Amino acid sequence: MLDGVRLVGDLTLFALKMVWWINWPRGGVIWPIMYQTGVLSIPVILITGGFIGMVLAVQAYDQFAMMGMENQLGTVINVTLVKELGPVLAALMLAGRVGSSMAAELGTMRVTEQIDALTALGANPVRFLVVPRFLACFLLIPLLTIVADGIGMLSGWIFSTKVLGVHSFYYWHHSFNFITAYDVLSGVIKSVFFGAAIAIIACHRGFHSEAGAEGVGKAATESFVYTFIAILLIDFLLGTFFMKFYYVLWPGDVAMV
Amino acid sequence: MSLIQLKHASKSFGSQHVLRDITLDVREGETLVLIGESGCGKSVTMKLMMDLLEPTQGEVLWDGRPIRSRSEKQITRERLKFGYLFQQAALFDSLTVFENVAFGLRQNKRLPEQKVVETVHGRLRDVGLSPDVVVDKKPAELSGGMRKRVGLARALAMSPAIMLYDEPTTGLDPIMSDVINELILRTRDREKMTSVVVTHDMHTVRKVADRIVMFYPLTRLKPDEPQIIFEGTAKDAFASDDPRVHQFIRGEAGERLTELAAA
Ligand SMILES: Nc1ncnc2c1ncn2[C@@H]1O[C@H](COP(=O)(O)OP(=O)(O)OP(=O)(O)O)[C@@H](O)[C@H]1O
Ligand SMILES: [Mg+2]
Repeated sequence: MLDGVRLVGDLTLFALKMVWWINWPRGGVIWPIMYQTGVLSIPVILITGGFIGMVLAVQAYDQFAMMGMENQLGTVINVTLVKELGPVLAALMLAGRVGSSMAAELGTMRVTEQIDALTALGANPVRFLVVPRFLACFLLIPLLTIVADGIGMLSGWIFSTKVLGVHSFYYWHHSFNFITAYDVLSGVIKSVFFGAAIAIIACHRGFHSEAGAEGVGKAATESFVYTFIAILLIDFLLGTFFMKFYYVLWPGDVAMV
Repeated sequence: MSLIQLKHASKSFGSQHVLRDITLDVREGETLVLIGESGCGKSVTMKLMMDLLEPTQGEVLWDGRPIRSRSEKQITRERLKFGYLFQQAALFDSLTVFENVAFGLRQNKRLPEQKVVETVHGRLRDVGLSPDVVVDKKPAELSGGMRKRVGLARALAMSPAIMLYDEPTTGLDPIMSDVINELILRTRDREKMTSVVVTHDMHTVRKVADRIVMFYPLTRLKPDEPQIIFEGTAKDAFASDDPRVHQFIRGEAGERLTELAAA
């Protein structure tokens, strides 16, 4: 418990230090990291998005068919996708692919004294290593989430119409009637927070890696576990916030949950 | 004058105490050699000197002023007076040899590219490496001894006023070791560099040391015994009648064998 509080405090300090040093890094530094984070994540994001769409279709179809509401299938798939499952599952996937590898990379640099060497040569390690990774996650993870959402919508639609036999017109007609810009936006805003959490936790774990291959492995694992928890926590808090905020913006209106 | 001073500095990692109440100074222009058993805290001491680690107790002074009385920015700037050769070289493994050696120059000095190339090649030659052969290689493609020398070239490229060498000749063949020893002497004489050298190599000790400080592992000391068990010239060290110093310098296992067998 005490350790948990200390960890949160440490992470906060680390994040503040990062914010203090934030600037746009040189191209030679940021582009390879952007490429690693963004481009190389596209395959796993396509797979994640593709399956969420189809799984949602399979899961929701029976219940909706029972009530004779097959044509509403698009609504539940698309709303769930953009508000909740798209951002969360994409973030969890990226916490594994991007976060753990960042933690392992920085952990290796820590235990081989490369981080000390940066300091010794007058380059601030936070500015040099953490800031570009943070920017890459902060900017690209929301974009990747949007890609996952898009693929999920597409695969959900194809599966519903081609396999489950839902009428394409009604599928989209009902979806567009119900889905709001607010839903889409709240999903994207969540993913911005997820991206920040992934980068900060991964870099923090890497920076504090213990010696040896074992230490680096531990840093990577811890990075994933802590990020996983952080994502669920942020999802819950922001979900609650967006629900309350909806009533503040549109009192009396009923939110589509 | 003392460029670096440790005042009653102690350092622990969690519950492991490594240094206890160390008071030590590095004087301008001298070559100070730190010796002692593996794990007694020599590398940690050098990191304290350069503010890569902070003491748990006590303080470290640069030019007679506590490091902590400076702003973060000042510390970063003044740290550039130091060059550090890391025990495992600590080359950036995503960069080529050239980029490694040029790193500090590019980071801190606005030099024309031609000047950077000149400095990098010059320093690589100083450490006995042929620039044409190594510049485009990645650290992973080099042998251990070559990596170490690239690390040395990288530190020297910044023309530091103070060089901290962590085992500069470990892993090098006897001839290359002597090249490095000569380099340490040469930088002191020509560039008026102050040096701190950690080494297990008695040739290096004999050749470069103006002053020797010997550390003893805390685990083998009683709570009130000082951790620095010898301070003086190389000649004094080789003539010392302290059995611990004697044993170390001659490299005799002595009672340790029976201790190890018992453990
Ligand atoms: N960053 C660190 N975290 C935890 N423990 C450390 C760290 N750095 C050093 N130590 C511990 O401090 C002790 C002294 O380490 P140090 O590297 O200074 O030894 P050394 O005298 O340089 O030995 P060697 O001659 O083998 O290089 C060791 O027991 C080591 O485990
Ligand atoms: Mg050492």
